[in-house]
Amino acid sequence: MKFDSPAQTNPIDQLKIVGKPTPRIDGPLKTTGTAPYAYERHNVVPGQAYGYVLGAGIAKGRIKAMNIAHAQQAPGVIGVLNTLDFEPAPLGSQNTANLFGGAEIQHYHQAIAMVVAETFEQARAAAHMIIVEYEREHGNFDLAKLAPDAPLVKGGNGEPSVDSYGDFESAYAAAPVKLDATYTTPDETHAMMEPHATIAAWDGDKVTVWMSHQMIQWGKVALAKALGVPQENVRIDSPFIGGGFGGKLFIRADVVVAALAARKFQRPVKVTLQRPLIINNTTHRPATIQRIQLGAGKDGKLTAISHESTSGNLPGGGPEGAVNQTQLFYAGANRRTALRIAELDLPEGNAMRAPGEAPGLMALEIAMDELAEKLSMDPVELRIVNDTQVDPMNPDRPFSYRDLVGCLRRGAEAFGWDKRNPKPAANRKGRWLIGHGMAAGFRNNVLRKSGARVRLGSDGVLIVETDMTDIGTGSYTIIAQTAAETMGLPLNRVRVELGDSSYPVSAGSGGQWGAVNSTAGTYAACVKLREKVATALGLSGDDITFANGKVASGDTSFALSDAAKNGEIVAEDSIEYAEVNESHQQSTFVAHFVEVAVDAYTGETYLKRMLAACSAGRILNPISARSQVIGAMTMGAGAALSEELAVDKRFGFFVNHDLAGYEVPVHVDIPHQEVIFLDETDPWSSPMKAKGVGELGLCGVGAAIANAVYNATGVRIRDYPLTLDKYLDRLPKV
Amino acid sequence: MADFEAFKVSRRGVLAGGTVSVAATSVPVVRARAAAQPATPTVPVSLKVNGKEHKLMLDTRTTLLDALREHIKLTGTKKGCDHGQCGACTVIVNGTRINSCLSFAVMHEGDEVTTIEGLGTPDNLHPMQAAFVKHDGYQCGYCTPGQICSAVSVLEEIRKGVPSHVTDDLEGPMKPTNMEMRERMSGNICRCGAYSNIAEAMAEVAGEKA
Amino acid sequence: MRAFTYQRASSAAEAAKVVYNNREAKFLAGGTNLIDLMKIEVETPTHLVDVNGLGLDEIAPTEEGGLRIGALVTNTACAADERVRRDYGVLTRAIVAGASGQLRNKATTGGNLLQRTRCPYFYDTNQACNKRKPGSGCAAIGGASRQLGIIGVSDKCIATYPGDMAVALRVLDAVVETVKPDGTTRAIPIAEFHRLWGDTPEIETALEPGEFITAVVLPKPLGGKHLYHKVRDRRSYAFALVSVAAVIQPDGTGRVAIGGIAPKPWRVESADAALPDVAAAARALTAGASPTEENKFKIALVERTLAGVMAEARS
Ligand SMILES: Cc1cc2nc3c(=O)[nH]c(=O)nc-3n(C[C@H](O)[C@H](O)[C@H](O)COP(=O)(O)OP(=O)(O)OC[C@H]3O[C@@H](n4cnc5c(N)ncnc54)[C@H](O)[C@@H]3O)c2cc1C
Ligand code: SF4
Repeated sequence: MKFDSPAQTNPIDQLKIVGKPTPRIDGPLKTTGTAPYAYERHNVVPGQAYGYVLGAGIAKGRIKAMNIAHAQQAPGVIGVLNTLDFEPAPLGSQNTANLFGGAEIQHYHQAIAMVVAETFEQARAAAHMIIVEYEREHGNFDLAKLAPDAPLVKGGNGEPSVDSYGDFESAYAAAPVKLDATYTTPDETHAMMEPHATIAAWDGDKVTVWMSHQMIQWGKVALAKALGVPQENVRIDSPFIGGGFGGKLFIRADVVVAALAARKFQRPVKVTLQRPLIINNTTHRPATIQRIQLGAGKDGKLTAISHESTSGNLPGGGPEGAVNQTQLFYAGANRRTALRIAELDLPEGNAMRAPGEAPGLMALEIAMDELAEKLSMDPVELRIVNDTQVDPMNPDRPFSYRDLVGCLRRGAEAFGWDKRNPKPAANRKGRWLIGHGMAAGFRNNVLRKSGARVRLGSDGVLIVETDMTDIGTGSYTIIAQTAAETMGLPLNRVRVELGDSSYPVSAGSGGQWGAVNSTAGTYAACVKLREKVATALGLSGDDITFANGKVASGDTSFALSDAAKNGEIVAEDSIEYAEVNESHQQSTFVAHFVEVAVDAYTGETYLKRMLAACSAGRILNPISARSQVIGAMTMGAGAALSEELAVDKRFGFFVNHDLAGYEVPVHVDIPHQEVIFLDETDPWSSPMKAKGVGELGLCGVGAAIANAVYNATGVRIRDYPLTLDKYLDRLPKV
Repeated sequence: MADFEAFKVSRRGVLAGGTVSVAATSVPVVRARAAAQPATPTVPVSLKVNGKEHKLMLDTRTTLLDALREHIKLTGTKKGCDHGQCGACTVIVNGTRINSCLSFAVMHEGDEVTTIEGLGTPDNLHPMQAAFVKHDGYQCGYCTPGQICSAVSVLEEIRKGVPSHVTDDLEGPMKPTNMEMRERMSGNICRCGAYSNIAEAMAEVAGEKA
Repeated sequence: MRAFTYQRASSAAEAAKVVYNNREAKFLAGGTNLIDLMKIEVETPTHLVDVNGLGLDEIAPTEEGGLRIGALVTNTACAADERVRRDYGVLTRAIVAGASGQLRNKATTGGNLLQRTRCPYFYDTNQACNKRKPGSGCAAIGGASRQLGIIGVSDKCIATYPGDMAVALRVLDAVVETVKPDGTTRAIPIAEFHRLWGDTPEIETALEPGEFITAVVLPKPLGGKHLYHKVRDRRSYAFALVSVAAVIQPDGTGRVAIGGIAPKPWRVESADAALPDVAAAARALTAGASPTEENKFKIALVERTLAGVMAEARS
């Protein structure tokens, strides 16, 4: 199905099932421990041996020698996969760091060997017996040190690029009110609960991997390349994924070593990356240093906006796109954004939930708070006066639908923003300094081709097959809702099968594009099925309805299952987008409001209230959409208050590489969270009229917390996370 | 004086440990492959899991978690970190919740273990499981079995008067307040961030009980 | 994890003897620290003596009016004990500020006292660590040291004792009872139980090889207000940046001990004597501190946390 103009009224608009709060259809499996995750699929292939990965003990250099003899002799050991026996596995286009093979060490805990044994205990013990001699090389690990000389990132034409519009320099110089400040965000890790894991088994020259992966097709292409086999010889199955947040977008070492070992030792091999290895072995959200300059008139209208961000990565790796939203978020005639990148020898920086926007808005939205204060203006109003309905750098290009102002107004009202004392450090209750803060957020809606196959059985059960994944996002449920709505079936007559590369290629789970595209693809396949059903039942004309398990036209009515009386009816289609992407800017919007209490003695910060108001098109399932938003708010709370990978700048690694050292929020950190979805549709997005919401909740929330801490304490912190050591000396005397 | 109840340890050949400690400190010179591989000490362990007796022969190093997941093949209990840092492996042993990753199976000889599979099934959910579904107290589902085992235990711990970090009056009766539940659940990390919903699921179950 | 043989002990003295006679043997109590470290081969015992089931899991009154807490009493059982809650609130509060509910259900009184440092370099066997491998150096010095010690540390090791329970025990002047491999017993005041690192950070306590903890004895109750404030980056399930255990009498005098800053729970006589003067007490507690750039904030944090605790005691 081609989507090239705004959606008209269609079967989804019935909203009998779509849009209704629907508990997840996979809920009973997940809550009873019966949903199978990658490492635990005992039944898919017999004789699974256990792998245990050894990570490099240095950050940069070469392996001089590796003694695997003791490991090989250890009890139960089947064999040792040694990086020195392999050429570096060819990299997929989205990978930067070598995954396995060769003597060169590019980063700490790079996989250099895997022991395969009869049991997990044996493999782990033997892995510790491997003795490695390294030749250490000098590496660069200190972003702050390299930042002053970091070059601009090259644009499409290969030249160092600055995106500008109007004349920033003059406008800034002339602005009556100015802000020029630098903000930093630290390296962060996904810390999804399920470690990367794979079971790999070969059948002749074909390999099947049962793994935990967000993007099945990307994984298939990359794995085929790494293994040097045709794509059609690779099958990936990933029906349940214990979280990814971008950490499972691109294949990692687990699947490469599992497949190589399974081939070498002619045994199915299962491996999971042990938790203390994950942080340095896989990818992370890179740290940023961001300079923001804002110039405004006395009325608060922005006249000049500049945002420049520096991040680091391995040679060949990309920057953290922390300035992207700044091109589109606020009005302003003169603007400039730029990215710089320093070559670092830390582990690979790559996508983590809301890449770019998450750290970018952590900075930009503190800057807006600071500007509001300089203007003596309410921060909500400042954002409202700077709203834009068009792409500010291309005014002929409107937003498809943008109600940031609605988010700000509704959110402020529901939160009771008008009762906030704008004066910092002026609201003390006993030992608690109370503060309120807000920030706005923005994240693009991305349209990607997405396919699905639907099968109508003679029992009247509809099966949807797509390689789409459910990483906790609720894909199973919204896809079922979409199919049920389109085919006029109750939800319990629809079964959804996901995550198998033998199914039609979908958009996959990433960049908050999963929901809208995968449901649109399902819708497309269902529309095709409706045609086939009509034909099978001998119906024609444009009054055919699908409702209550029946197909009707005029006076004739059949049970839907009648169409499949003589055998299953199968239809397959994709949603494909043309032009709507270019002609209209599609984005999602949020306003965050937060109340904090800061201990006047110790500086400990507790979140008391969190509220988000979202403008994100049609909400397909208010239950799971809300969960996406509160989950992202929780991740943002961690980013604001406690999450930071500590870099050892001498040895080049993330020191706190486990879940005790890297502190993500726990239950007690998070108060009751409120989410408001504005009632809206965006017909430019797809037939679903929905947009992504999975990352939106993370966008801006960190700054809302930082602004609340400022309001509570009067201390402006521009370096995340806002740990107490950064402001203790500026709290009231005790 | 009573001697040790020498535990039945099968020690075919040399203990692996001895060889290992030599290997780790020896100079990196490739040695000839030893003729016979030293054996791994194994022990018989019997566990009562969800009411069912299991007799296993296990490597002493096998954690309760791996005994459940890899040997009994009850994979509902999850391995999130294997170091007691996430709570995904939480199971209920003899009525109290523990991290099954930081316990050797052999330490649980004769113990009664309740896992998520023992609380309810998809067709017959435990009230806490049903409340999690209703309030969407999970997303990716990986921490969920541990969350639910903890949630059930937390309400029990409050009932028994076990104090927590947020208990004001150590001598007064404990109540399943929102703060009490959130503090006590804090050993179960949910990176998807379903905390607010889990608190609501628990409140519903606690309310029904109260 | 190295392979190990396993046995259940039938008496404390026998357990001590076995561990004494086999340098590669260790006691296994709750296992929550030992197993964690065995998995990454920071600990490499080849024989474990399981000391659960020795009947050391009871709390009984002493003749002196105190309590004797068996070494195998779990953290949860100790914290929940009615007598502990009533008379030694600081101990309950310290215990429940530590780890998580699940861990406390397994962690034992003896094992908790002996939990090893949380220095991240100690946990990473690729890194130099004098405590893990004497003489190899200390990667933490000059490295990521925000969580590490500011006082009582040495140029060989700047780690802290990470536990909470012991900080309360220090305020209470508890006594650690042990049995030695030769069957004799002794009582070690908690003040002398944990050692400063000095030149031998691998030696962490006064225990001799094979010496086994049988109980912790609490002297008779002190009265006063019992407080424990633990400051950390997240609100639960995290180790202390700084913690303050205090027993404060109505006139503002009392005792305080600090966690999270030193190789042992940090208590200074002159600080107790200075109470209720918070500034003077804090000065005494942090006198001679040698923090790193990353953890020097702990000096101010000690004073501020103490001030908060004293304010709470007054309220
Ligand atoms: C993620 C995580 C977070 C934690 N957070 C905290 C925290 O915030 N605060 C805190 O205080 N603790 C914390 N802990 C540590 C926890 O409290 C300890 O692991 C626990 O108390 C150790 O007790 P155990 O009985 O399990 O000891 P084990 O692991 O069984 O033993 C520890 C050591 O003591 C020895 N030993 C045990 N008993 C005896 C005895 N009776 N005599 C002689 N030697 C003995 C053992 O041989 C071993 O060497 C945390 C642990 C984890 C895993
Ligand atoms: S501070 Fe102590 S524990 Fe940490 S690396 Fe140095 S010697 Fe080891």
